[in-house]
Amino acid sequence: MRGLVATLEINQVSKTFKNENESVHVLDHLNLTVNNGEFVTIIGPSGCGKSTLLKLIAGLDSDFDGTIMAGDLKVSAPSKDRGFIFQEHRLFPWLNVEKNIAGNLPLKKPDIRKRVDDLISLVKLKGFEKAYPRQLSGGMSQRVAIARALLRNPEVLLLDEPFGALDAFTRTHLQEALLEIWERNKTTMVLVTHDIDESIFLSRKVVVMDAKPGRIKAIVPIDLPYPRTRTSKAFQEFRSVILTQLEHHPAEVEDWSI
Amino acid sequence: MSTQTVAQNKHLVLRETTKQSKLAKSALRGSVLPVVVLIAWQALGSVGILPAQLFSSPLLIVMTFIDLVQSGEMGMHLQISLTRAFLGFALGGFLGLLFGVIVGMRKKSEEYLNPSIQMLRTVPLLAITPLFIMWFGFGELSKVLLIALGAFFPLYLQTFLGLRNVDKKLYDVALILEFSRREQITKLMIPAALPNILLGIRLALSAAWMCLVVAELLGADRGVGFMIQDARSFMQTDVVFVGIIIFALAGKISDSFVRFLENHLLKWQDSFKA
Repeated sequence: MRGLVATLEINQVSKTFKNENESVHVLDHLNLTVNNGEFVTIIGPSGCGKSTLLKLIAGLDSDFDGTIMAGDLKVSAPSKDRGFIFQEHRLFPWLNVEKNIAGNLPLKKPDIRKRVDDLISLVKLKGFEKAYPRQLSGGMSQRVAIARALLRNPEVLLLDEPFGALDAFTRTHLQEALLEIWERNKTTMVLVTHDIDESIFLSRKVVVMDAKPGRIKAIVPIDLPYPRTRTSKAFQEFRSVILTQLEHHPAEVEDWSI
Repeated sequence: MSTQTVAQNKHLVLRETTKQSKLAKSALRGSVLPVVVLIAWQALGSVGILPAQLFSSPLLIVMTFIDLVQSGEMGMHLQISLTRAFLGFALGGFLGLLFGVIVGMRKKSEEYLNPSIQMLRTVPLLAITPLFIMWFGFGELSKVLLIALGAFFPLYLQTFLGLRNVDKKLYDVALILEFSRREQITKLMIPAALPNILLGIRLALSAAWMCLVVAELLGADRGVGFMIQDARSFMQTDVVFVGIIIFALAGKISDSFVRFLENHLLKWQDSFKA
């Protein structure tokens, strides 16, 4: 078992988007530590910079102040160690399911073949190996995307509102599937969402963010045993705690823009 | 087999046959006009209303065609024309693809190369032909180069366009999965640009045929274009018609070939139900 080691260390991170005549301060001196094997969700109003933060952690955008450490390494470019699941599945439309999962890895190699097959059964897509993305539903496509990320054995899986575009049934199903994967592989998970129930259902730690500029407002540990039931009293209590945090907007927010 | 599956199969067979008969019907409707024209042409020619000098009757054209094939003349002309078209298309197409990739991949090379190429593209090929003949003579070289020039632009343009339209979102995925620069090209850029590239190939092929005709009409001692030109000077209208039909057929066949490629390579697309 892996110990309680920091997998991600976000240190004084600030990010400003600059236009020709205006600059938007998206993230403001943000600090966050994610431990090994932890499941963390980041929640906040739209425009709070939660997706931006995830892109910075992934290394997709290296134009920011402060440092992000992944293990002992400073994040400066994308890496297979930090898998990324986007809101849309982003599968390659010209590849079928198994080739999409394999990506640039050779399916001809027996060990890759075996792991792809294992992942296909893990995400319950047996029988769809040869199907093209256009033939899949949204939920199935997203499961392919998850399998594609898992094949690379990432230390961290970054998920940017992965179930936001799905219907309620599919969403619940995929949330359970994700928990199963997490419990099995002990992959560190950082999931961005705007769904309070999703964050309580999934994570050990809910990071509540504030907008304009994006800052961490509160970190709410969720000490409920898995599997969690959305209808339980404790669940409801966490919901109201987070809701209060989200609703409470300080009045001086306006003065922050420079 | 249960009655239900039998019924289902019957239904399927029925649907298949209705589909086929629908296709046959639309083919029949499409052929009405050409057949009427041909019959009228033949009739008017036989009666003597159409001047035989200018409009050889369809029957005569068919006979001439058979004669030309049997004497081996057709084979010789066709072979030389096909060789020219192929060499020119291969050269121009390859360069078009190459430059399309170079310019499509790098902003800087676009800035250096694209304006000049776009400027050259607007020059009518017919205007360049005399220059080519002066530079490269009446031999094979000038013809092949002219065809290459015609094939170059469509493929260049479409490759460039296709590469520029690659989804930035998929590019991010390629970065996350740590595609090497080479893999980015072979596994992302080229497949994503493939619909455009195939369209470019089709346009380049038709451009190649056109340039072939131009090159052979203007000065050649062999080839289908020469055959037409030669027949014209002897008022052999039937041979001219045969030549035109050959070009039409060659164009159609090469176009069908690319369509076949499209159906196979692009079966992942929504619009291609293979």
